[in-house]
Amino acid sequence: MPGTVLTITSGKGGVGKTTATANIAAALAQRNRKVVCVDADIGLRNLDLVLGLENRIVYDLVDVVEGRCRLRQALIRDKRLPHLFLIPAAQTRDKTAVSPSDMVRLCNELRQEFDWILIDSPAGIERGFRNAIAPADHVVVVTNPEVSAVRDADRIIGLIEAEEKGPARLLLNRLNPQMVRSGNMLDAEDVLELLAVDLLGVVPEDEAVVISANRGMPVALDEKSIAGAAFRNVARRLEGEDVPLMDLDDAGGLFQRLGRLFGRGD
Amino acid sequence: MGWLDRLTGREASAEKAKDRLRLVLIHDRTDLTPAQLRDLKDELIAVISRYIAIEPQAVEIQLSQNGREQYLVANIPLKPPRRSRR
Repeated sequence: MPGTVLTITSGKGGVGKTTATANIAAALAQRNRKVVCVDADIGLRNLDLVLGLENRIVYDLVDVVEGRCRLRQALIRDKRLPHLFLIPAAQTRDKTAVSPSDMVRLCNELRQEFDWILIDSPAGIERGFRNAIAPADHVVVVTNPEVSAVRDADRIIGLIEAEEKGPARLLLNRLNPQMVRSGNMLDAEDVLELLAVDLLGVVPEDEAVVISANRGMPVALDEKSIAGAAFRNVARRLEGEDVPLMDLDDAGGLFQRLGRLFGRGD
Repeated sequence: MGWLDRLTGREASAEKAKDRLRLVLIHDRTDLTPAQLRDLKDELIAVISRYIAIEPQAVEIQLSQNGREQYLVANIPLKPPRRSRR
């Protein structure tokens, strides 16, 4: 069966597209699926760094498209997860070096060999975005529970529908349960009501995300991290499993109790 | 709400964020500014009044949504028919 192309996009930058791509990919690979990540953020490549593969790049996406190497030569295999591969973005070129039809052709080739093809889209609504969604079977929109991120997510969801790539599914990243409880952060329900899309997952704010990115080790592989667990749940949902949302109140409740223990109350 | 907010009477901000987003998203999706919506209402009243007597002050026109579908909802009360007296 040919593989599925999943594009991860957002509109606004800095909401966690690359983190989401790296971790969903790692979680799928851990489930013994053959996965390739394509970094479509040409000129601003980062997926290699988050995955800890930055020292192994020889060829990149633009080299493949322009015929300077064979597809196989640009695939970097992850040593920890033998089912996980990366095609890095070119760093010294711009978005116009690749066209939407180049991406479709590339992904059709990748579909023959991989179960999942994950495309890390650049921020924005320009050429880079169109390149990233052209080959998509499904699209995930990443957002944070903040006004600017939600507004941009709405815009991108509209564009995805206009390109007939919808319905997009939402990944709400960096939710802080304690702030939600104090009434100072939009909850998942609020965001879903505003955007009127299906929810793929909620990833709580977690220091382990920054720490694992520092180390180049996907947080999805960290059994102790709550964000890692959320990404593993997302991978299971993508594979059709019915996985309930984590009870974030419990985790926050623990922090809150600890806080009170140290006399900080809320 | 934290004790500091309760003390200062400051309202929790999430509700405010949701209200503001609700409005801005409707206008983003339709690409219609509040000023344009007012013009639309005035012109609509003028056109309808050519055919039928309405209450211009009571006309309500607003954008609303159901899921990701947008609707222009108009509530246009007609003037009560004049009773013919004998």
